[in-house]
Amino acid sequence: MRWVLDNLDVIAGYTGAHLVQALPPVLIAFALSLPLAKLANARGWLRTSVTTTSGLLYAIPSLPLFVLLPGLIGTSVRSPLNIAVALTLYGLALMVPAASDAFRSVSRDVLGSATAQGFAPAARFLQVELPLAGPVLLAGVRVVAVSTISLVTVGGVLGVPSLGMLFVDGFRRGILAEIAAGVVLTAALALIIDALLVLLGRALMPWTRQQGVRSA
Amino acid sequence: MTSFLEALAWLGDPAHWSGPSGIPIRTAEHLGYTVLGVLVAALIAVPLGLYAGHTGRLASLSLALAGAARALPTLGLVTLFALLLGIGLGAPLLAFVILAIPSLLAGTIAAVQSADPATVDAARAQGMTETQILARVEIPLGMPLLIGGVRGATVQVVATAMLAAYVGNGGLGRYIFLGLGARDYPQMLAGSLLIIALALVLDLSLLLLQRLTAPRGVRAA
Repeated sequence: MRWVLDNLDVIAGYTGAHLVQALPPVLIAFALSLPLAKLANARGWLRTSVTTTSGLLYAIPSLPLFVLLPGLIGTSVRSPLNIAVALTLYGLALMVPAASDAFRSVSRDVLGSATAQGFAPAARFLQVELPLAGPVLLAGVRVVAVSTISLVTVGGVLGVPSLGMLFVDGFRRGILAEIAAGVVLTAALALIIDALLVLLGRALMPWTRQQGVRSA
Repeated sequence: MTSFLEALAWLGDPAHWSGPSGIPIRTAEHLGYTVLGVLVAALIAVPLGLYAGHTGRLASLSLALAGAARALPTLGLVTLFALLLGIGLGAPLLAFVILAIPSLLAGTIAAVQSADPATVDAARAQGMTETQILARVEIPLGMPLLIGGVRGATVQVVATAMLAAYVGNGGLGRYIFLGLGARDYPQMLAGSLLIIALALVLDLSLLLLQRLTAPRGVRAA
């Protein structure tokens, strides 16, 4: 406990760096997953290959991917950008299949009715398809957010600042409280972001509350 | 791209293929950690998941706990247990088990619950005992989902097994951390390629097993 109280500024700095690394990949993966999933759903064979590729990409452990990327795209092993690119790839691996399922969960009859009522394609997508796919999309983003926040810590062993540095430094110096603080803060950060996403979902999709639709 | 050629040269060097820190031994260690971690976790999670899935008791609690456990940082658990339990395999093994349980538990519960309730009732009406229903109806029908849980757990443990090297154990993670310390990027890259290959081989084998265990006539997965 003493270590934690004496180092609140260090912890705050790492928490900030952690969020800066974790949030952009989640947002970018979400934004990219929507067109990719629509594209994949348009062709059966493409959908199968996207699902398979995503599964295999997700099977690649994070640290080797952090090490591999610099050789492919020229980033530095110790740069936060390198971590962010890797995390975006993992985010896509989770989010594209989720978005593909989300769009498939929207009834074709409903889309047909919207077209018959005169919705232009863009309006139909934004006002009918996207809101109806919302609950499944939200479930996907929640998984991506929690997994990304936890994965950021692995960059700590490469010296990239994040809450993961508390594990590296705490282990090196034998300070148990430092590691424990890191574990608790990382999990808390993940759960807070997850709760915020649930609240955002309720605000954006008020109908899911009334019907008691649950997104796991 | 030159770094890849250097990594391939590192992998091709016969000196790296023999002795106690050679690639075969490190791969065997890594595989051993993974199998041991998933096996111990399965001994805990599968019976619990079968019970929760079949009776419906504890199912939502188990799933909530499994979901929350996904927020735990792997590196944090490995270093925390290493300080608490000291150097050795005990600390990483405890982390592997904790990290493998959520996937196994969620997969097992989903597997048991995937059986059509009408089918389960039909089995009960034919006079099957609850144990027989579980063993002859629910488990065979849900097998691909159960293997899916094993797959998820294996992916998680292969990745975490690499961190065992960080706290003084063997495995393929050794090459990454040795390379990191010596600023030897080709060695780090070679180690990474080996781990990625191992992870993909394991994942594809389990994917194949998932396909093979799907009951004929039922496309559960």
